[in-house]
Amino acid sequence: MIEAKLKIATCSLAGCFGCHMSLLDLDERLFDLTERMELDRSPLTDIKELGECDVGLIEGGVCNAENVHVLMEFRARCKILVAIGACALNGGIPAMRNQFDLKECLEESYVRGIGLVNAQIPNDPEIPLLLNKVHPLHEVVKIDYFLPGCPPSADTIWTFINELLSGQPIALSYTQIHYD
Amino acid sequence: MSEELGFTLDGRRIPFQDGQTVMAAALAAGVYIPHLCFNPDFAPHGSCRVCLVKVNGRFQASCTTPAASGLTVQSETEELRNIRRGILQMLFVEGNHVCPACEKSGACQLQAVAYYVGMLNPHFSHFYPRRPVDASHAEAVIDFNRCILCELCVRASRDVDGKNIFAVQGRGIQAHLVVNTPSGKLGATHFSIHDKAAQVCPTGAILTKHQGYNVPIGQRLYDRKPINVVGDVAQLPESKGGRRHD
Ligand code: SF4
Ligand code: SF4
Ligand code: FES
Repeated sequence: MIEAKLKIATCSLAGCFGCHMSLLDLDERLFDLTERMELDRSPLTDIKELGECDVGLIEGGVCNAENVHVLMEFRARCKILVAIGACALNGGIPAMRNQFDLKECLEESYVRGIGLVNAQIPNDPEIPLLLNKVHPLHEVVKIDYFLPGCPPSADTIWTFINELLSGQPIALSYTQIHYD
Repeated sequence: MSEELGFTLDGRRIPFQDGQTVMAAALAAGVYIPHLCFNPDFAPHGSCRVCLVKVNGRFQASCTTPAASGLTVQSETEELRNIRRGILQMLFVEGNHVCPACEKSGACQLQAVAYYVGMLNPHFSHFYPRRPVDASHAEAVIDFNRCILCELCVRASRDVDGKNIFAVQGRGIQAHLVVNTPSGKLGATHFSIHDKAAQVCPTGAILTKHQGYNVPIGQRLYDRKPINVVGDVAQLPESKGGRRHD
């Protein structure tokens, strides 16, 4: 009997793609992984529509209406949802704007920014609406696992995925857990 | 001949001297109980509650509980670990702790204790309070976003430096650290980085300027080994990556 491969999806919301870089840092271990898992929607596959998945890995917090939509979709389609990295866990660097009003932030860069010509706050309907505050994932949907780090190292991700696949409790070593 | 005084901590006998607290006796015996507002150089404050233990079945802060013969103290239990983790999570969401952008990261006692109690996420909703940064002093900066109100700087400045530069104002969720000058600015005080108050902050709230990111990631105080092995940053000399002046 051929075992069906686990389906995994990934995405970056209000993040910097650093966590995805860490995922790529798995290097040769990625070959091993593709033997056991199949990538669904992910910046690495270019699949646009999210299918039914076993695991969803999400980098970045939630800063705009589109992020909320994608996050809800991941929650609905993934059996296990994993928040990866500082931004997904606590908002991270993007959430530093939470101390200010959204208007103040937009004006600071688009109205008072240096060297602007015809300064105005962008309002193209194509641009997703910004939320008043940036939120970590667990404030919006239920999250099953959290991997801290900015980014979590490839080793941390590797340990996590292996233990998840083998049904073991996730046990990360001391050096695999850090908030920065 | 009198018997040596002692109590039991997680099944281990801890000797103590009259007047010592459970925390102080455990520390002297080389047994770590997580703590933030406790620093052996100062009278205990009992405010952070991270040092919570069970003494004869009752919850007590170990830094304020006098040691006594025959006590049975529990510390490293699942129940206490869960409570301590909850306290750490509350401390994190109450302030603004962006570790990737904090100069103290890697040598921060708050962060190290959070690692020790296995905090993987903040669990609660964040407050994202609006708090200032005071860079008015030539040699030090205060980032109020990271203050956990342990009052160690208050105690150090008042009791050791004799300067009384810091105070906590307000109550409950309104409580916040203030600098005792009309402008509220550190630059208007006689604060010096040689003060004891500059060496005791368990977080990145009080920082010495021009030192940020001097130590590479991987070699910082708590990068390789946990705080129960390494010790408190405020207790270690600067030559060992701590804050205590040699
Ligand atoms: S003070 Fe400590 S916990 Fe807070 S942001 Fe800095 S390193 Fe992180
Ligand atoms: S500034 Fe540091 S030492 Fe002072 S109360 Fe805040 S956390 Fe404690
Ligand atoms: S260390 Fe005991 S209450 Fe803070």
